[in-house]
Amino acid sequence: MNGIHDMGGMDGFGPVKPEADEPLFHADWEKRALAITLATGSLGQWNIDASRHARELTPPALYLNSSYYERWMSGLERLLVQRGLLTAAELQSGEPNDAPPVRQAVRAAQVPAILARGGPTLRSEGREAGLRIGQRVRALNINPVGHTRLPRYLRGKTGVVMMDHGLHVFADSNAHFKGEQPQHLYNVVFEASEVWGADARFKGTVRADLWEAHLEAV
Amino acid sequence: MTHDHHHDHDDHGHDHDHSDIPPDPALRVKALETLLMQKGLVDAAALDAYIDTYETKIGPRNGARVVARAWSDPDYLARLRQDATAAIAELGYGGRQGEHMVIVENAPGKHNLVVCTLCSCYPWSVLGLPPVWYKSDAYRARAVIDPRGVLADFGVTLPDDTEISVWDSTAEIRYLVIPERPAGSEGLNEDQLADLVTRDSMIGTGLAARAPGTSP
Repeated sequence: MNGIHDMGGMDGFGPVKPEADEPLFHADWEKRALAITLATGSLGQWNIDASRHARELTPPALYLNSSYYERWMSGLERLLVQRGLLTAAELQSGEPNDAPPVRQAVRAAQVPAILARGGPTLRSEGREAGLRIGQRVRALNINPVGHTRLPRYLRGKTGVVMMDHGLHVFADSNAHFKGEQPQHLYNVVFEASEVWGADARFKGTVRADLWEAHLEAV
Repeated sequence: MTHDHHHDHDDHGHDHDHSDIPPDPALRVKALETLLMQKGLVDAAALDAYIDTYETKIGPRNGARVVARAWSDPDYLARLRQDATAAIAELGYGGRQGEHMVIVENAPGKHNLVVCTLCSCYPWSVLGLPPVWYKSDAYRARAVIDPRGVLADFGVTLPDDTEISVWDSTAEIRYLVIPERPAGSEGLNEDQLADLVTRDSMIGTGLAARAPGTSP
């Protein structure tokens, strides 16, 4: 979707403001937001791509007015209801209904193994590689209404395949629970002048990881 | 949940009673955590375990050890280049948001900068949780179009002829920058070298610290 989250290349946000001796959390609620997001994410009712997409669905003005963990909360509330862990009424009222939980909570003893495993996306089987390293490619001009990992600023731009990361879960389908559809993920290099024109503000390149379905050979 | 909460929960976001101002986050999170606890969907000790992991076990010191080893052991650097995920696992680091690692090496005339324009993807397993600036709209928007301007915000100026590669983390590959080893650090051991490896130098918004006793 052409959402507010797709920020690459936008102007007007002002300088980046590094914070000296930044604390890990700026408020206690941020810790709790992190913890409930990770704990419910391990219940198996959604995947990380769906989780990212749920955050992207936050209306643009609200998204911009929200901090990182507030964006997480917007996405989490959306997913909890959409995936049947809570009802909209429960979320609205804060009162649990009598229905038994859909899933059993992750226990503390399971946490180290869950974090150590993470969510690998490399797969051994999938769509055959259609591109090779060194090949010139164009990022497709696509504007899907759903989730895509092809950012707007690269669409229609020409680059060169630099790495083949192997078969990876295709985020664009996985985010919508339409299957993993593993396909090759490539690192593609784009010259700054190709992406930003002759007046590009720097000499160099932008490198992005794009799936087979995002690219065509030129 | 707080009474001023008006999210819709369909897949389309076509509600019209949305406030552009988020509800008080502390109340909102507390209400949600309480509800999830009552529903048996989260466990208090497990929540503490998640927090403790990122407060005490996983942070940028992990990445600094990887870089220090890469600087001091050519065979290790070769393994990092071949399969960074496996080489980093040798030091005991891996898992969530570090499942698929690739290193990118700075060199004279060559600088790398890592960003995630679409969200805030970051190599948690080696750097811990991302700082606020990494997740900020300003960084996500500007890193790919004006990396020198971003570097200036960090007080970093690179030679005019240095080529910058900006790595937009658009998939599940996580990039770790190996900064240039500082001059005058030849006699240092791995622990001492790790002290020179700042978090920002592994993202590309900073350089490694100067070796003790050397002048700028």
